[in-house]
Amino acid sequence: MTGRKSKKIRLCIYGALAVLLILIAVFSDRLCPYNPYEQNLAIAYNPPSLEHIMGTDAYGRDMFSRIISGARVSIISTLVLVVIISVVGTLAGTICGYFGGLFDTVVMRISDVFLAFPGLVFALAIAAILGGGVSNAVIALAFVSWPKYSRLARGRALAVKEMTYVKAAKLSGDTPLQVIVRHILPNTIGTMLVTAMLDIGTMMMELAGLSFLGLGAKPPIAEWGSMMSSGRSMLQTYPWVVLSPGLAIFISVAVFNLLGDTLRDYLDPKQN
Amino acid sequence: MVYIFKRILQLIPILFAITFLSFGMMRLAGSDVVEQKTLNTGEVLSEEQLEMARTELGLDKPFLEQYFVWLSKILKGDMGESYVSGKDVFETFVLKLPATILLTFTSIITTVVISIPLGILAAVKKGKILDSVVRFFSFIGNSMPGFFVSLVLMYVLGIKLDIFPIISKGTGIEAIAMPTLTLAIAMSSKYVRQVRSVVLEELNKDYVIGAKARGVKYSVTLAKSVLRSCLVTIVTLLAISIGSLLGGTAIVESIFMWDGVGKMAVDAINMRDYPIIQAYVMWMAIIYVFVNLVTDITYRFLDPRIRLGEEGR
Repeated sequence: MTGRKSKKIRLCIYGALAVLLILIAVFSDRLCPYNPYEQNLAIAYNPPSLEHIMGTDAYGRDMFSRIISGARVSIISTLVLVVIISVVGTLAGTICGYFGGLFDTVVMRISDVFLAFPGLVFALAIAAILGGGVSNAVIALAFVSWPKYSRLARGRALAVKEMTYVKAAKLSGDTPLQVIVRHILPNTIGTMLVTAMLDIGTMMMELAGLSFLGLGAKPPIAEWGSMMSSGRSMLQTYPWVVLSPGLAIFISVAVFNLLGDTLRDYLDPKQN
Repeated sequence: MVYIFKRILQLIPILFAITFLSFGMMRLAGSDVVEQKTLNTGEVLSEEQLEMARTELGLDKPFLEQYFVWLSKILKGDMGESYVSGKDVFETFVLKLPATILLTFTSIITTVVISIPLGILAAVKKGKILDSVVRFFSFIGNSMPGFFVSLVLMYVLGIKLDIFPIISKGTGIEAIAMPTLTLAIAMSSKYVRQVRSVVLEELNKDYVIGAKARGVKYSVTLAKSVLRSCLVTIVTLLAISIGSLLGGTAIVESIFMWDGVGKMAVDAINMRDYPIIQAYVMWMAIIYVFVNLVTDITYRFLDPRIRLGEEGR
């Protein structure tokens, strides 16, 4: 169990699983056995069978194909979201920590306000005002989630800035840009990467949650959250319509969470 | 006392920002109160009549002036009327709030009852089977979104085992059990891990070994020293999770038809009933800020070190 080698092996396994999920998302068009949007009312609500391994939904659409196709919306938009917030947050935080001054004060006060709001409540409101849709849901979540990264990056930048070698670099004539790129960012990137990895699962769930409430992807778009929402009333009679997209969310979130946890353990030997 | 006073003073700009953002959001929504109202009543008004109604409501004034007019109304509890029902927004909110507070309360209690003993047990039995089982379940719970947990609970407890009715009106035990369980599962999964790591850290300290060497019973050390020193962190973490709980109630309430502010907000979102959404966001944020304040103050009483540290400066 212990030891760096076994951690490396686990990291590889979970990494491979995550890459597999991303590949499924990217090539979802070619992987679907049926057209996820083709309706055939004659086979509506068919239970899982060999032909349709996850059954069919209200319009006779193949659930398995819709779930594969939903991977594109759910996974890709989550990854885009996490990349946006981690990059923006890290850059803002690093600049704040390094330069201080007015910019620092302004950005930190803004992030104070965002941190004062309960995140999902605020995201709900923003998504509602922007009027739903996947990209608006991503914007809403990005809006409330970046301060966490800027806080973290600022703290790191403040600590690294005081180190002797950074002072030496400054004395030897490095421009601020050079100092940030060569010395500060390499020291923050590990923490930020782990945070971002651990955030993927949460963000995926929140994005699906917004879609579930009708504030993200809208039907007929195949997206896991909205699929569960539209099948919700059929839980008693046709449970596969509701539970299989839920299982898809669960599996993807679990894979990214495992990857994040392992990466944290791997990069931080102090743990355990 | 000075500290508490200072903390309350610090709240003022935050509260201003919260109200300002809530107000600004309404304007961003591009929703015109006048048009919305006529849309709902089905009246057809001429452009001049619309203009007159706007002047009457002060919508032609500068943004900041409108904000302060709005703010002074808020302070009197006047948040306007719902576009849909025409009822007073603040009254509607206050009417629905107790149900949400009740649900939040039962969820927190359930979470504490589940996760603190399990977290401590997992830390004490680190590396044993029990620890693995607890961690396994917390991992599963962490990877399931609230609405999926709700639906699984509905399916298993409501349909397959038929223990609870799937949808039940009112505020009885039957009605609150499943939403509470859903929220408690989500919260406990996160919380149990945190309790475990806090306790583990404490167990590694020298005084624990010292007590052992002096022959103090392990259970006594655990209850009297370890638990006491972990309390601050545990309380803080609980307070932090209230933020996600407040958001989580929106989804869970609307799934289980629990008639609180969360369901009210989701319904309002679907109907584009902006005054209600605005009231929801603003009050949730204010409640959250105050919960954090109370936590800050509480743990100064729980941990004398924090008090000393502040006053030493």
